[in-house]
Parts: sequence; structure tokens; C-alpha cells
Amino acid sequence: MEHNIYQVIWFILWGVLWAVYFMLDGFDFGLGMIMPFVAKNDMERRVIYNAAGPFWDGNEVWLITAGGATFAAFPKAYAIMFSTLYTPLLLILFALILRGVAFEFRAKEESPVWKAVWDLCLVVGSFVPSLLFGVAFANFFLGLPIDREGILHGNIITLLNPYGVLGGLLFVVMFVVHGATWLCVKSEGDLCRRARHVAEKFWVLEVLILGIFLVATGLVTDLWANFFRYKILLIIPALALLGLISIPAFLGQGRYWWAWFASALTVLMTTAFGFAGLFPRLIPSRLDPAATLTIYNASSSPLTLKIMTAVALIFVPIVILYQIWAYKLFSDKVSPEFLETEEAY
Amino acid sequence: MDVVLASRLQFAVASLFHFLFVPLTLGLSILTAIFETLYVKTGDEDYKRAAKFWGKLFLINFALGVVTGITLEFQFGTNWSRYSMYVGDIFGSLLAIEATLAFFLESTFIAVWHFGWNRLSPKLHALCIWLVAIASNISALWILLANGWMQNPVGYTIRNGRAELASFIDVITNPFGWMEFIHTVSGAYILAGFFVLGVSAWHLARKNEVAFFKKCFRVAATWTLIFALFEVFNGHLHGSEVAKAQPTKLAAMESLWETKQGAPMYLFIIPDEKNERNKVELFPIPGMLSLLAYHSPNATVKGLKEWPREERPPVTLTFWSFRLMVGLGFLFAALSVLVFLSRDNPGRFPWLLRILPWVIPLPYLACEFGWMVAEVGRQPWIVYGLMKTYEAVSPISPLQVGISLLAFILFYTLLGLVDFYLLFKFARKGPEPRTKVSLTAKPATI
Repeated sequence: MEHNIYQVIWFILWGVLWAVYFMLDGFDFGLGMIMPFVAKNDMERRVIYNAAGPFWDGNEVWLITAGGATFAAFPKAYAIMFSTLYTPLLLILFALILRGVAFEFRAKEESPVWKAVWDLCLVVGSFVPSLLFGVAFANFFLGLPIDREGILHGNIITLLNPYGVLGGLLFVVMFVVHGATWLCVKSEGDLCRRARHVAEKFWVLEVLILGIFLVATGLVTDLWANFFRYKILLIIPALALLGLISIPAFLGQGRYWWAWFASALTVLMTTAFGFAGLFPRLIPSRLDPAATLTIYNASSSPLTLKIMTAVALIFVPIVILYQIWAYKLFSDKVSPEFLETEEAY
Repeated sequence: MDVVLASRLQFAVASLFHFLFVPLTLGLSILTAIFETLYVKTGDEDYKRAAKFWGKLFLINFALGVVTGITLEFQFGTNWSRYSMYVGDIFGSLLAIEATLAFFLESTFIAVWHFGWNRLSPKLHALCIWLVAIASNISALWILLANGWMQNPVGYTIRNGRAELASFIDVITNPFGWMEFIHTVSGAYILAGFFVLGVSAWHLARKNEVAFFKKCFRVAATWTLIFALFEVFNGHLHGSEVAKAQPTKLAAMESLWETKQGAPMYLFIIPDEKNERNKVELFPIPGMLSLLAYHSPNATVKGLKEWPREERPPVTLTFWSFRLMVGLGFLFAALSVLVFLSRDNPGRFPWLLRILPWVIPLPYLACEFGWMVAEVGRQPWIVYGLMKTYEAVSPISPLQVGISLLAFILFYTLLGLVDFYLLFKFARKGPEPRTKVSLTAKPATI
């Protein structure tokens, strides 16, 4: 198939959609994962639910759009990515369902058992996607054992190789820090202090695991090759590290919004690092270089890509504007008065 | 069980379950918006309570609609990857546009509406629920244009071993897709109308919040009448579109085996698929099928025997789904007239008030039957005339799909039970009490 500029544009948009998704839903996942460790009573748990309350649904749509964009722009990659990752993907989707309904259902009954069940769903529904998205993306970086027919030679255990697991751990820890800084933004008093404590502790782990991950990436993948070929790209991992080292500095000063922005930069740039290293590949094959899916052999027709580019360039900025407006509208701390209202989760 | 059958069952479970929540979302979002607009216009506190009460039920329902929608989108990749590769150029772009145009708008503003009662002016707050209503209906349009393309593929060309987009305009003006859209959303509005009528009738029969539920009843009565009558009309047009685009589906819907000029319509039929005939055919209306399908009583309608067995859809399932859907549609039209006649005095037909709560499940059934006709009737094609369903499935192990199918059934059953339990609970609980109680207002009577 012919090469064209739209394939490159859509590769970038594809990466941006996934990166923004992880940046946004990442903090929701983090909130869910830290809940058992930071919340001591029902009131504090409710602060956590309401810290994500107005946002989680809009955040999740970035996943739907990232999936839809993969389908539209690179249908062959969409088909092979999701059929080969059948079991982990369905586990992620079931977990996301549990997470979503936990928000909506928990406050609808007073019974402590009812609440405990949905709390468990929130925790599991936040942990499983974090881990498995990490495992899946690390495996994309590493290359999947797929043949020219797009058939996977292996199973879910094949994906749980050391590098894959490392990717999973990285996502979990990164999202824990991300969610904890968000909770610092949205809560007060003891809960805020505990969230900060979690953020600081897990930050040490994040530094460690991200360091190991970047080294391991150099050892087992060829992702770094693009960065040495085009030195300008080195700004991406540099920004990831800059974000990372800024987190504890801002936390120490009590500037929680800035700490969260720093963490968001880390998530964005860590994801971007992977995509920039993959370019122009979408899913490398570990078995056969000819089976590797690239933006050139897996893309849609130029006409479809052109139409999709127009749609994206018009509507994505509008989406970003109204989502920022919504974030600003609910940017204050979750107050005890708000928890009294019937709307509160 | 083979992968094709297991994947089809899984998609059927996932989509039929998803569609238990979609129609109420489509209709109740608009009704809630109407109630809130009435509040903004009249200042009547009851309409604000109505927006909150129906809005709460809307949200309980919406949650499950959202989360089960994602599994549908991703199943095209997991289970139908060969389909996705073959038609992704067209089908994928419609899904992506749906997400970009509609889902962001819907999810962002439903949250602003839900949490923003004290943060926005009443007008701006009402605008939010209108945006949600518009967005969910826009999403219906794009997904039905996508489904319409599977029913009646247009605007494509076969190139590079797949279907590629040739004309975007043709795809988005596909008459089949638009007919499906109109028919589906009208059905959804009927469902939402009977939902509001049924819940209101339940409370009115018990003299709970009489003034409040009379107002809700009145709005829903007019609304339901409009769409129940419109549905009969547009359903007929949709049927003619099917006759043109999918003759095998039409023949299965009517269980017509032999090609006939001036084909009659039998009011009662029992199909006998094995022997390629009908066991029972009673009460013929001469020329009626030809008239309905082709607007001429002498037109020729092709029978199923025109096609080899492997080219025909499952007849019994398609036939009964269609018959029941149509029967229910006429029942809704009749009921909606009676409801409309009692809109100012819901107690006018006391029996009507008592049966309306029991009517609530019927439009759900009609919607599901409608999808059975659309999807089962399209078989053996996944894209009519272009790609067979068995060619579309992923190269995955039957065991994998078997396990996930089982998981889907268990998981969805549990979630569905919880969700309907909560809907019942909050529907019966009624609206929150008035904040400013006006003790002088006389209790209304019915």
C-alpha cells in the first residue's frame, strides 16, 4: 500500500489518544487502588468516590475513542491487537464494568455489606486494568508472537513475560502516585495527609521501576533506536523524568495541583516514549519481521484517513475545551456539605 | 460448540443486554430535559422535582448502558477480527466518529448535570441535559448508520482485498440506515413514554404525590401518542426498504416460501422450516403483502425457495420476532390513544391505570424483537451480499470463546438484576419531598 502523510498524522493521534486516556483514567484507577490504604471510614471513602465522580465517565470515553480510532485508522492493527489479546482485553472490560457500576450503585443502599461489595469492585476494577494495560503495552513494545495471518502463538502466560510484568507494575505504581496526588488536590485534613504519604512512598518505587523499565527497554527491545536516530525525540523521556522529579518537590511545598500536573506529564511522556520508539510500527511481530504491523500495511484508505483527520481536527479541540471547562467547574475540594446532598456518590 | 456459533451467541447476549438500557437512555433523556425546561419556563417546583426524579432513574439505567457499550465496540476486534479487517475502512470510521461527536459530549455533560445543580444557573443546567439528550441521539444515528451499512452496503469499492470507502456521502445518506435510525429511536421514545406512564400510573393508583404524577402523566401521554402512531407509519416505510434491499429477510419475516404475484398476507401463520412450508395459514388478506412491500397489490414478492437453504436466514425466529414486534406496536398505538384521552384525568379509565405498570416491559420486548429481526434476518450475511458471518470470525480457540460466553451470561445476569432492582426501588420511592412545602395547596384528586 502507498505511503501518505495521513498515516503519520494518525499514528500521532493514535498515540495521543492512548496517552491522554492513561493520563486521565490513570488517576481514577489510582484512587481506586489506594482507597483501602488511605480511607479509614465511610466518609473518607465517599470523598474518594466523589473525587472521581464528575470525571471518570468522560475519562473512560478516551478509551472508547482510542479503540475507535485504532479501528478506523488502522483496522488491521485493531483486529489483530484485540483478537490476539482476547482474554486480557475481556478481563479489562469486565473490570471496567465493575468499576463503573461501583460509582453508580454504591450510594444507593445503606447496608455496609452492599457498600463493601462495591468498594471491592472499585479496587479490583481499578487494579486489573492498570496492570493489564501495562502488560499489554509492554508486549506491544516487545513485539507479539504473531504470524503473517495475525494468529498469536501463545496464550496469556506468554504475555506475562518479565518485561510484560514490568510494564504492568510500572502502570500500577505510576497510577497509584497519579491517583494519590489527585486525592491531595481533592481532599483535606488527614485524608489529604495520608494521600500525600502514599504518593511520596510510591514515588520512590516509581523512580525505581521506571529506571529499570527504561534500561530493560534498551536490552530487550529496539525502542531506543528511534531516539538515537532522531535526537530531538530524546526530549520525550527527558520530560518524563522532569515530571517525575518534580512530583515530590511540589508535594513538599503543598502545591498539589502542580504535583498532579507533574505526574500527568510523567504518564503522558512515558506512554509517548513507547509510541515514539515503535514508530512506524504499530505491533511488531517477534516471530517474523514480515508479520509486523506498521502504519503502512495496516492503515485505512487515504480517503477514510482524510475524513477522519478532518473530524478529529475539528472536534477533538472542542472536546478538550469543554472537558477543561468541566474540570474547572469541579476543581474544588470535595466538601462535607457536598457529601450531604442527594447527588453525591 | 464452534467459534462462529459461540461468538454469535456472545454478541447476541452482549447486544441484547446492552439494548435493555439504550432505549430508556434515548427517550428518558429528552423527557427529563422537557421536565427541566418546563421548570425553567414556569418556575413550578414540581417540574424540577420531576427532572430530578426521572433523572435519577435515568442515571441508574445509563450507568449500565455505558459500561456494556464498550464491550460491544471491542468485540468487533476480539471475536470478529476478520470482519474488522475487511470493512474497518468504513465501519470503523463510523464508530470513531460516534465516539468523538457523541460519547464525549454525553459523558461530560451528564456529569455536569448530575453534580451541577448548585453550580450552574437553571438555564445552563437545563442546557446540559439537552446536550446529553442530543448527544445520545446523535450516537444512535452513527451506530445505526454503521448497522445500516451492514444491512445495505453502499459507497464502497473492493480494493486491496477489502471493502474501501468510495463515497462518504453515500454511506451517511444510506436510506436504510436512516430508516433504521428513525424506527429505532421512535421505538425508544415509546419505551420511555410507557416507562414514565407506568411509574406514574403506579403512584396515581396509590394516590401518592398525585399532583406531581399527574403532570408527568400528561407530558408522557402526548409524547407517547405521537411516537406510537408515528412508529406504525415509519415501520411500514422501513419494511418497504427491507423489501428492496434484503428480499431474503422480507420472505423470512412473512414466512413466504413460494414466489407470488399479488402475495396475500396471512394474519396467522405457523412456519414449518424443515419442510419449507407453513403448517398453518389462516385469514388471508389478498394482495396485502405485495401492497405493503411494493405499494402495488399485484407486485411479485419472492419466496424463500428462490434461494438455496444456506442463503436463507433462520425463518422461525425471524418470523416470530417480526410478528410479535408488529403486534406489540399496534397494541402500543391503541393504548397510547386511550392514555392520551385520559391525559387530563388519568383516573378516567381506572383499569388503564392498573395495567400501565405492567405494560412497562412490553416495549423492551418489542425493541429486542426488532433487533432479532434486523440481525437474525440478515443471516447468513454479516454484511448483506458482501461477507458471510462465518468468514468474519477471529482465529481464536472455541474454549476461549466458550469461557467468555459463560462469563458474559453470569456477569450480565447479576448486573442486570441489581440494576433493575435499583430502578424498581427508586421508581417506587417516588420523588424527593418538596423543599418548600406549600401547606395551602389542595391535594388534587383523580
